[in-house]
Amino acid sequence: MADTLTRTHPLEAWRTAFAALSEELDPGLAIELAPLTTALDLRVDATGVFPFADVLGGPLPTAPNTWTPIRDGRAVWLGPDEWLVTSTTASGPRWEDEVRAVAGPHRGAVVDVSAQRTGVRLRGRDARELLSFGCALDLRPASFPAGSCAQTLLGQSGVLLLADDDGGPALDVVVRASFAGYVAGWLLDAAEELRPLPHNSDQEGDET
Amino acid sequence: MQLILCPHCGPREETEFCYGGEAGVPYPDDPSVLDDEQWARFVFVRANPKGAFTERWSHAAGCRRWFTAVRDTRTHRFLDVESIGASQPPTTPRR
Ligand SMILES: [Zn+2]
Repeated sequence: MADTLTRTHPLEAWRTAFAALSEELDPGLAIELAPLTTALDLRVDATGVFPFADVLGGPLPTAPNTWTPIRDGRAVWLGPDEWLVTSTTASGPRWEDEVRAVAGPHRGAVVDVSAQRTGVRLRGRDARELLSFGCALDLRPASFPAGSCAQTLLGQSGVLLLADDDGGPALDVVVRASFAGYVAGWLLDAAEELRPLPHNSDQEGDET
Repeated sequence: MQLILCPHCGPREETEFCYGGEAGVPYPDDPSVLDDEQWARFVFVRANPKGAFTERWSHAAGCRRWFTAVRDTRTHRFLDVESIGASQPPTTPRR
């Protein structure tokens, strides 16, 4: 009997560092690893988006730069004929077949990209400011409310940003697995900016 | 640095885009009859106007779609953008 392989989060090695940072900056900023998801890349002509509601458990978003909740996951607009659909429960190969069966007659293409991306979730009032150190988009709630998404650059890496609300504003940074280490390091480095200024009591003592 | 209006994603920073050269260069009707000089002309020679120039750009770090833009080569300002397939792309007048 072969050993069972369990899936490891690509950013597992950063979990402790994120937890320590989140504790230190609480409640301003919290960073945690986003749960592993099954993900499909769906390409289909935008006029054929309607038949997917049943197989996905929700509609595909047609408005640019938005995502919609679907069954146990999200449907994210990536382009005029491209979506990323995710699920925390579906099995990649089986879901791929199911969605492909619907997309096929519409000349669509479906690829299981579960291993391609990973992510972190940012919470707290400083989350948007942290990202603004390396991202030119206006991420304030007025222009990037919950339900928004954007493929853009964070530092030198391409990322997919998603605004969510889980009892408070949350921002998901989704990144290609091979760039995830860079983004994790970038986030920790940028978060230095958010640390409170050190209280240097020695120096105060010297001055008096 | 400027914001470029992606026809699909809206205004984004210039660093998200890639340049794709002159737009509307027609593929030869019968490539096999072209001699070397004519083929080289098709592959390499492009208009180089001073002023409005119709170009291909790609939103490489965003939706990854190609689109057509009219840019003023004197000021590097974008005058117009159009999604490919929306209609016949404008072409730069050739001398
Ligand atoms: Zn775009």
